[in-house]
Amino acid sequence: MDPIVQAASVLAAALAIGLAAIGPGIGQGNAAGQAVEGIARQPEAEGKIRGTLLLTLAFMESLTIYGLVIALVLLFANPFAS
Amino acid sequence: MLNFLVAPNSFPLASLEVGHHLYWQIGNLKVHGQVFLVSWFVIGLLVIASLLATRNAQRVPRGIQNLMEYALEYVRELSRNQLGEKDYRPWVPFIGTLFLFIFVSNWSGALIPWKLIKLPEGELAAPTNDINTTVALALLVSLAYFYAGFRKKGLGYFAKYIQPTPILLPIAILEDFTKPLSLSFRLFGNILADELVVAVLVLLVPLFVPLPVMLLGLFTSAIQALVFATLAAAYIHEAIEGHGEEEHAP
Repeated sequence: MDPIVQAASVLAAALAIGLAAIGPGIGQGNAAGQAVEGIARQPEAEGKIRGTLLLTLAFMESLTIYGLVIALVLLFANPFAS
Repeated sequence: MLNFLVAPNSFPLASLEVGHHLYWQIGNLKVHGQVFLVSWFVIGLLVIASLLATRNAQRVPRGIQNLMEYALEYVRELSRNQLGEKDYRPWVPFIGTLFLFIFVSNWSGALIPWKLIKLPEGELAAPTNDINTTVALALLVSLAYFYAGFRKKGLGYFAKYIQPTPILLPIAILEDFTKPLSLSFRLFGNILADELVVAVLVLLVPLFVPLPVMLLGLFTSAIQALVFATLAAAYIHEAIEGHGEEEHAP
């Protein structure tokens, strides 16, 4: 493989996963904070809030996972490797 | 590339292979054999469990029948929450099959020591860590919601593409492509990421340290099965309900 392509791929993979973690991190922090606030205000609704929180966290997590998939494609199945 | 991740000589349990498969040649097709083997195992497990549960059904459920009734109630509740009281009944089998298959395959990849079975090439793992499996499941969901929409509204289903305003037509068409894409990537990425993290940790510290991450992996796998089933039900509900169709509702 061309060393330039290799270096660019590794760098791009690192950037992909790192940048993809920023937004969901902020979003998950917001969601978790609001959920804690909700539980503090209404402790009897804890079960329902927790279920919804876990589901929404999984949705936000998937955004990072998209970045991870791109990183994995660049590392293990690079389309520019030929 | 990245040969440090493939270390079969240093520690036999810690080898990690991405992109190595057991290839079977069927006609002109080259298929990934290890995915088929584990999928058949999962399907067999589910079929045997269902047969055992229903073979001698009692009025007061015990043992495996109790377990399967609990699973059925869980799945029914899930689809009722998404699809609504009126339309959920015919979609319970589809959504339940998706949920149970993904759930059992994710957990089988994490819980069953497949490493003990040697393959000539590749390794046995959860079938959902292959992108082909998840794309197939996601395309099934696409077919299902198109079918649901057509069955409910006929050709009027296409009205939803231009319903609020025709300006959004490209985005509405794009949505049909991004739905299966995001569904399949989410499942595939999560399961593969779990296995990679566990494998890398096992490579570094073989004993005890990976256990919490494995538990986290089990948790994530279960949540991802739930997310896939929930999203499938939500897409079907969207196709049935439509955007601007309230005035036609009976």
